[in-house]
Amino acid sequence: MNRTAQASVLFLLGGAVLYAGLTDLYLRYVKSALLPLLLASGAVLIVAAIVTTWFEWRRPRAAVGQHTEHEHREPRIAWLLVLPLLALIFVAPPPPGSYVAVRTGTALHAPWDLSALPAGDPVRLGLVDYAGRAVFDHGSSIGDRQITTSGFISLDEGGTPYLVRMVLNCCAADAQPVKVGLTGRIPPILQPDSWYEITGTYTAEQTTDPINNGVIPYIDVVQARPVPAPDDEYESRF
Amino acid sequence: MTTNAAPTQGARREADETQGWQFNSTLVLSMLLLLAVAGQGPIRRVLSEPVMQGWTTVFVAVVVQALPFLVLGVLLSAIIAVFVPPSFLARALPRHPARAVPVAGVAGMVLPGCECASVPVAEALVRKGVTPAAALAFLLSAPAINPIVLTATAVAFPDDPRMVLARFVASLLVACVMGWLWQRVGRTDWLRPPTRPSSAGSGRAAAFWGSVRHDVMHAGGFLVVGAMAAATLKTVIPASWLYTAAGIPVVSILTLAVLAVLLSICSEADAFVVASLPQFSPTAQLAFLVVGPMIDLKLFAMQAATFGRGFALRFAPTTFALAVLTAAVVGAVLL
Repeated sequence: MNRTAQASVLFLLGGAVLYAGLTDLYLRYVKSALLPLLLASGAVLIVAAIVTTWFEWRRPRAAVGQHTEHEHREPRIAWLLVLPLLALIFVAPPPPGSYVAVRTGTALHAPWDLSALPAGDPVRLGLVDYAGRAVFDHGSSIGDRQITTSGFISLDEGGTPYLVRMVLNCCAADAQPVKVGLTGRIPPILQPDSWYEITGTYTAEQTTDPINNGVIPYIDVVQARPVPAPDDEYESRF
Repeated sequence: MTTNAAPTQGARREADETQGWQFNSTLVLSMLLLLAVAGQGPIRRVLSEPVMQGWTTVFVAVVVQALPFLVLGVLLSAIIAVFVPPSFLARALPRHPARAVPVAGVAGMVLPGCECASVPVAEALVRKGVTPAAALAFLLSAPAINPIVLTATAVAFPDDPRMVLARFVASLLVACVMGWLWQRVGRTDWLRPPTRPSSAGSGRAAAFWGSVRHDVMHAGGFLVVGAMAAATLKTVIPASWLYTAAGIPVVSILTLAVLAVLLSICSEADAFVVASLPQFSPTAQLAFLVVGPMIDLKLFAMQAATFGRGFALRFAPTTFALAVLTAAVVGAVLL
């Protein structure tokens, strides 16, 4: 790859990273905390591309032929950088959904914060927060109050629906599901990967995930409302 | 006339060839992008299968996650290469290699990132005349014992703070032993002399940006290889295998160690992944945490690119064996 082509790849890669960072596209793949680093690295790549072009343009004509011989061994492997570029811009794959959730055990850990719920009834809680309080606190911090939470639907092999939220630690490669079972007034037809906002109450009912024996708490559904998928489909542990 | 024309023609052909090559790679790139734009419909259809979708998501995610850290490492590497005089590094590290190794290992604590950043930095250290044994100790310890990674480990194992201590001790131990081992049996000719554009004659700015461009293109290409391998394995390995292996004592340690190599997860995230596999023993989990930042598919590809295949083929298996062994011993003592 010659320097002009290298500069083009650097420029396009930097541009793609900036584009993903400035739209909400990056939220499909990494945590929002990575945004500053992502934008900075995109800017560095673009500056590197511009500087490379500048030096290439200013390089004396006589030196060009001489230098190319030296550059022939410039890595072929660099061509592969075009792949993530194309995947990010043209394909933009969606975050992991029910396909992954069915095949992965629930990843519920003991929560850090079991302090009192914010005011309001129904009170809005993250799905992971609800699951943590239901399992490790046996619902005592929830009491009789109604909870509103959201997630996407995943059906296990027997067709039992779960409300799922993927939890992200670093990037989508380590995304893991946290599952909550549904009981009470469940809508008759639930499509996998459709998003629902569920209002319900704590129930002591629990089951275990056959994949990893992880505990899956239930929520007693009072009302289920289809909603569009949020910008950031992941929940974070912190 | 004919006698005169021959050399001129030869010279012209040579010039044409070099020009043609330049023309070619830019042209190929443009064609490739045009093809992608034209064929995006069919490509999207193929990739909308759940399996392919999962693959592409993991692939893009690994690259997007690692790229900022790669750029950070590349910038640091270029700064070391261009602006830090060799005499400074010589003064900062003990003269004797055997004592330089643990100092470099502990110095790994200051590079706050994951493994993608440490490869170019270690390479710059070697080029600046730091003894390879010390640079390799730094390469192995930096991604495992920096504060961000240790904090993430503490958060992932809230009931078991000893896991943080065990990870720190075992990782530092492996890094130092590998450094000393290199000093004992390592040969400099295993390390490929870096092929990079000579910066002689050009200014510091040109050298700096030349180093950045070269490292991003080079290490970035191998990062893509690693990401493809990790995405493939993550999609292919059935989860049920893991749960069977967890019950068998020695197998469980080896399973998680191999899994750490195959999955190539960022060292800032690996603790959370392994914490959600509670059916494995703490020692097996420790093996995952010690092996992962030191050697995985992505790192192997990047090490082979930076230091040469001959080096990587010797270094990677030794690191793996030593890391598993150390994790088993430290796990038995501390956990």
